[in-house]
Amino acid sequence: MAEVLVYVDHVDGAVRKPTLELLALARRVGEPVAVHLGPGAETAAPTLAEHGAVRVLAADAPEFADYLVVPKVDALKAAADAVSPAAVLVPSSAEGKEIAARLALRLESGIITDAVDLTAGDDGPVATQSVFAAGFTTRSRVSRGVPVITVKPNSTAPEPAPAAGTVEPLEVAFGELATGTKVVSRTPRESTGRPELTEAAIVVSGGRGVNGAENFALIEALADSLGAAVGASRAAVDAGWYPHASQVGQTGKTVSPQLYVAAGISGAIQHRAGMQTSKTIVAVNKDAEAPIFELVDYGIVGDLFTVLPALTDEVKARKG
Amino acid sequence: MSLRIVVCVKYVPDATGDRGFTEDLTTDRDAVDGLLSELDEYAVEQALQIAENADDAEVTVVTVGPEDAADALRKALSMGADKAVHVEDDDLHGTDVFGTSLVLAAAIEKAGYDLVICGMASTDGVMGVLPALLAERLGVPQATLLSEVSVADGQVTGRRDGDTATEQLQAALPAVVSVTDQSGEARYPSFKGIMAAKKKPVENWDLEDLDIEAESVGLEGAWTAVEDATERPPRTAGEIVTDEGEGGKQLAGYLAEHKFI
Ligand SMILES: Cc1cc2nc3c(=O)[nH]c(=O)nc-3n(C[C@H](O)[C@H](O)[C@H](O)COP(=O)(O)OP(=O)(O)OC[C@H]3O[C@@H](n4cnc5c(N)ncnc54)[C@H](O)[C@@H]3O)c2cc1C
Ligand SMILES: Nc1ncnc2c1ncn2[C@@H]1O[C@H](COP(=O)(O)O)[C@@H](O)[C@H]1O
Repeated sequence: MAEVLVYVDHVDGAVRKPTLELLALARRVGEPVAVHLGPGAETAAPTLAEHGAVRVLAADAPEFADYLVVPKVDALKAAADAVSPAAVLVPSSAEGKEIAARLALRLESGIITDAVDLTAGDDGPVATQSVFAAGFTTRSRVSRGVPVITVKPNSTAPEPAPAAGTVEPLEVAFGELATGTKVVSRTPRESTGRPELTEAAIVVSGGRGVNGAENFALIEALADSLGAAVGASRAAVDAGWYPHASQVGQTGKTVSPQLYVAAGISGAIQHRAGMQTSKTIVAVNKDAEAPIFELVDYGIVGDLFTVLPALTDEVKARKG
Repeated sequence: MSLRIVVCVKYVPDATGDRGFTEDLTTDRDAVDGLLSELDEYAVEQALQIAENADDAEVTVVTVGPEDAADALRKALSMGADKAVHVEDDDLHGTDVFGTSLVLAAAIEKAGYDLVICGMASTDGVMGVLPALLAERLGVPQATLLSEVSVADGQVTGRRDGDTATEQLQAALPAVVSVTDQSGEARYPSFKGIMAAKKKPVENWDLEDLDIEAESVGLEGAWTAVEDATERPPRTAGEIVTDEGEGGKQLAGYLAEHKFI
């Protein structure tokens, strides 16, 4: 059976959930071979094996952390040359897409970014994408070379499927461009203790209607009662009420949770672009004409300052 | 010596319009009015600021696109860019991101550059990979997705806010950068700027001017194929309730009914 390369997104060997989703998708088109760059391959290997990685190609070098993107492209290219895969899957993070694009160019292969589903087809993998602010769904295929596909988080559920997951060293020779852009310093984002926005099953977002940074406590309280991640509209982010890392929408994160709660958000097209594929959408907005109500499964026309605290209390009461 | 800045700007269908596809499954560019991609305004803005802080700099805006794309160039010129290059050719219809990066790289080299500035993503394609591809093709460093950027002593530095960390980047010129919508509000063209733009030079190049074969671009040259495109069914109208004191409880009831709590 043909092998499929899966790029592992991890923090020091702690594998991030989207990678497990990629392994599940990879098994639809071949045998997953994980590519682990940087420290922690031995830590990651059991998790990768449990989710179907037949092999783990590992390389560690200071270049991966000290320079932007290109060293990882060099490594993935080395892996592709060694394995001759049927496809290469990469998580659709900002960095993942850049790595994938440069790899595809070097392989003279087509690329599909931001896939939300993947199936095996007669002429290779067929990727589903959601385009024009999720107004359309397209199915595409790479028509030249090794398909390189980046997949959005939450596109499928991780599925355990134990395999060998043997760690094998990957030889990487860095090219001249590898050290072009130096990462002078790196400040890890502080963990909020809440689920990752793009990975969460429930997201509670606040917009301009929240009316102040201090009032985001209402959003956070509801989120915590539901075990949810917190999101924000660009208006709330631009006002400085909540960090940009939490922005949902075209220029923020795309989320596709089971449940999306929008409070004080009007539902502009650029916001919709980031949340329209959520399974269930509910909204609280005091304006009955707000466009967000065109999307919702359930909406409350009302003041979030009274509705949210009551909702939070009720959730807590019901959860006991 | 003059700092040559090239800004890549794209002409896109208005996101607030009803966007769709044509029969050959390429973006329908007639159905909706076009404009300079809002995310590229940030690139123009940063280029102008870098130029203003340099002793001597020249800002060239480049677009690859149909005849109407000249509007995008005009807007960038009226914001303050010095000159423009419009690459247009009938054979470009349906070009994918690899083709576009091939053409843009050739145009940038022909124009001459020390620094290339792109937007973070185009508002229609939203791939956000073209800047990385340009760097690969031009063989220069990429410092992309910067929310802060500056140029001094032949180096470009900037801040990249990633998913898990914020990074401070540094690269020697020539380089390709892209800037996010966090990099600072773009200026509005002044009346004077709009008038001045009318007299600024716009060069028109086609594929032959760039020594690019028609086969390597267009629908034929694309490395991916769209099999089908379906309009997403509008979400079925949900239940909308006006809060009369019980809104929070009612919403909790809905969430419980659907097993979220
Ligand atoms: C290129 C580009 C990219 C963009 N990218 C993004 C993006 O990634 N994400 C994004 O979100 N936006 C993005 N935008 C901005 C987008 O167009 C909207 O401006 C933004 O989403 C509006 O945010 P909002 O809904 O919070 O604010 P508003 O549109 O001002 O809506 C606030 C809502 O709150 C309601 N409200 C007020 N008070 C209360 C109350 N007490 N109780 C209940 N409801 C209340 C109001 O009725 C209103 O509907 C982008 C725009 C552009 C041009
Ligand atoms: N046809 C084009 N002409 C000029 N610049 C472009 C074109 N397409 C993309 N770009 C540039 O590349 C950036 C990222 O585009 P994309 O990778 O398509 O999302 C844009 O913000 C522009 O700066």
